Amino acid sequence: MSNWVKVAPFEDIPRLGARVVRTKTKENADLEIGVFRLEDDRIFAVNNSCPHKGGPLSQGIVYGDKIACPLHSWKISLVDGKAEEPDVGETACFNTKVEDGFVYLELKG
Amino acid sequence: MQKMKLVVVGNGMAGMRTVEELLKIAPDFYDITVFGDEPYPNYNRIMLSPVLANEQTIDDIILNTREWYAENNITLHTSARINKIDRKNRIVYAEDGTSAEYDRLLLATGSKPFMLPIPGKDLQGVIGYRDIKDTNDMIDTAKTHKHAVVIGGGLLGLEAANGLKIQGMEVTVVHKNDWLLERQLDKTAGLMLQKSLEVKGLSFLLKKNTEQLIDDGKGRVKSVRFTDGQEIAADLVVMAVGIRPNFALAESAGIHCNRGIVVNDTMQTYDPRVYAVGECVAHRGISYGLVAPLFEMAKVCATHLANFGIGLYKGSVTSTKLKVTGIDLFSAGDFSSGEGAVDDGREEIVLHDAVGGVYKKLVIKNDKIIGSVLYGDTTDGSWYFQLLRDNKPIHEIRDHLMFGQDSLGNTGHQGQDKAAAMTNEMEVCGCNGVCKGTIVKAIQDKGLFTIDDVKKQTKAGSSCGSCVGLVEQILASTLGGGYAPPSTSKAICGCSDKNHEEVRAEIRTHKYLNIPDAMKGMSWRTPNGCATCRPALNYYLLSTWPHEAVDDPQSRFINERVHANIQKDGTYSVIPRMYGGVTTPDQLRKIADVADKYAVPMVKVTGGQRIDLLGVKKEDLVDMWKDLDMPSGYAYAKGIRTVKTCVGSEFCRFGTQNSTQMGIDIEKAFDHMWAPHKVKFAVSGCPRNCAESGIKDVGIIGVDSGWEIYVGGNGGIKTEVAQFLCKVKNSDEVMEYSGAFIQIYREEARYLDRTVHWIERVGLDYVKKRVLEDAEGRKAAYERLMYALQGAVNPWAERVEKREQHKEFETITV
Repeated sequence: MSNWVKVAPFEDIPRLGARVVRTKTKENADLEIGVFRLEDDRIFAVNNSCPHKGGPLSQGIVYGDKIACPLHSWKISLVDGKAEEPDVGETACFNTKVEDGFVYLELKG
Repeated sequence: MQKMKLVVVGNGMAGMRTVEELLKIAPDFYDITVFGDEPYPNYNRIMLSPVLANEQTIDDIILNTREWYAENNITLHTSARINKIDRKNRIVYAEDGTSAEYDRLLLATGSKPFMLPIPGKDLQGVIGYRDIKDTNDMIDTAKTHKHAVVIGGGLLGLEAANGLKIQGMEVTVVHKNDWLLERQLDKTAGLMLQKSLEVKGLSFLLKKNTEQLIDDGKGRVKSVRFTDGQEIAADLVVMAVGIRPNFALAESAGIHCNRGIVVNDTMQTYDPRVYAVGECVAHRGISYGLVAPLFEMAKVCATHLANFGIGLYKGSVTSTKLKVTGIDLFSAGDFSSGEGAVDDGREEIVLHDAVGGVYKKLVIKNDKIIGSVLYGDTTDGSWYFQLLRDNKPIHEIRDHLMFGQDSLGNTGHQGQDKAAAMTNEMEVCGCNGVCKGTIVKAIQDKGLFTIDDVKKQTKAGSSCGSCVGLVEQILASTLGGGYAPPSTSKAICGCSDKNHEEVRAEIRTHKYLNIPDAMKGMSWRTPNGCATCRPALNYYLLSTWPHEAVDDPQSRFINERVHANIQKDGTYSVIPRMYGGVTTPDQLRKIADVADKYAVPMVKVTGGQRIDLLGVKKEDLVDMWKDLDMPSGYAYAKGIRTVKTCVGSEFCRFGTQNSTQMGIDIEKAFDHMWAPHKVKFAVSGCPRNCAESGIKDVGIIGVDSGWEIYVGGNGGIKTEVAQFLCKVKNSDEVMEYSGAFIQIYREEARYLDRTVHWIERVGLDYVKKRVLEDAEGRKAAYERLMYALQGAVNPWAERVEKREQHKEFETITV
């Protein structure tokens, strides 16, 4: 079952930037999720861990619909979580939505 | 909207490279159809020699498989030779009856081996050397026949001869000139080469003209007769006397040809719908038979096919290498010599060790390298070639030019500096653990041609970069003639075709003050750049228009965004400034208290004479800064790091100057300074140089009569000793001279250039001219630096004060 969780006011996520969300719910005890805002204001969320060496993706540079990991510059697609070729790897994605000026994240229910 | 149709005639390296470039920048622009007259998908033609020499297989050299064509929705017709172009109705017809309509047509019909017009040239057993079929014919013939004659002692002929020998045949190379490879080598090197090849078992007949190929009575060749009457046995004759552009198809369609399909600088033929690339074209009267120019053409052509309308092909300077294992040979440019050579201003530098088998010749004219020949040791071939292509004045390095660049990094790969001497198991890239064999395999299997490709695919050279020189050597030796070192004036990144200097100039001329305006004004291809160009642009804007340009934190690397240095586990390190490396008991107590309060896992003294608190959580940073109440040490910045000092005359019995105070003054004056890369200073109080001034961006050494200033040192990946800039009388002059130097570096270097890289490019003479000879310019540069730093604030204090505006430090909990 899905479960939409209110995260923060939309304006709190910087454009071409990100915020870190930590979950403390019963079903999702300790996830760390990066919530990203693109230049066109679309919001994406992926597991805050690079498939390469676990770098905190939320701290990287956002461009287009990608994030460059701050540790070794792997380029991860925010749309599907996949690493840009020739690197191989994938990080989990989460659905997002914006309603009444708030960002919501879809977690397992 | 219906897609436009692109038809490509020619499934070789030039045509398909153009398609690949096109797919990269405009993947959905065209419906693409490709016709090739060979039965194979696109393969790496320059690797046919290694196939003949049993070093690779046909499968190894396929560049794009049939699956690749399918995945990219390209219709591929193999074994389909186009024999007619109907330009009026825009349709091409193949011999097998297939046809295709086009909106744009790309001709890449390559070239054909030139067959000597002599009696017997059509006999069985007489072939050129061009494609997989020829290669297979040679391998098959070697199984049943004994005598091979190769006509032509050029690159291709020698590679064919070497391969046939390995296949077990008795090989004679026939050449009409006095020495082999007369277009690539001078006589000395040519004779050395001949000797090495004779050791490998090849025979040579020089100064011979072939008159006739004799029939064995059954339609097969049995011998070769020369104009002097001599006749030698031959079961196989390979003609390798040159290639001719294959432009018959274009000519028959009425497209203007002149020894090739004539194209302009955008690779367009006289029919605006028809483009041509590769060996079939005549560009500014020149046809190229090497792969490197084809790739340059492909890139330009693709941008025009994609309607970007940018990029011009202006011709290529080529270099060659012989792909015969065990023989190192490199030549580039114009190296002809002999009588009259001195008259036209040519100078030669020659190194010749006949016993050691090494010969190197550099030809210099007007202070620039115009040609080079290397035999036996080709390590520096690509460096000389780069100097040649970039037209670099060489007087500053002339005295050691012949001894090579020695530019390979010297850490992380066992001190190796010659790729050829390495075994496949030896590590090349010490950061990413990549061995030589892995790199060679990737180059061969994946068809890589550039350093960037190799970096991307193997990661070798992609971290600290110290092994890039080695990787380049491996690439050059694996590819042979296919490798062309990149020009040093390259585009800032894939988002734009402009190079760093052009970008800086436009920012100045058009007074761009923010990144969106700059990108729009300079027609960036991507909406908001990438992780490579944005930090560079941000720096260029700030350094060009201080106090006016808008700093964009999202275009800065995380360290500069949060003013701390990210660690492998996502924690940060905090290093407060200790000006000149001097601290006090109070400061130390404060640091100790903070370390306790935030349970800092490690406290370490840095190489820059200060204290590092490691393993700090991001959310603790602001509180910690508040408690510390010390200025940020900028240990994370592309900017001023530390000013290392020795004790100096205050305490040291040898000290001649107060180096500690000088260091403190410099660090305070240049505090908060951003730069293209990190900047490190050191001040020593006497020539014993305890502050290690010789390996800093600016190193200052006190002597009894004043201060010496050294610049461009580097203690990192490759140790670079700083070069003497000047001697000054007092501390005010130290400030002015070193400040002016740093400001000019800030204004003119490329982003991520350390001072040493910048000086390497512009030359120390230039720096001296700006800093020493032009007193007014020096003062002005120093004042610009002071202006740029005016009112700069400690970023930590600012964050503490405005913590509400910096929510990104806080984790959201749900």
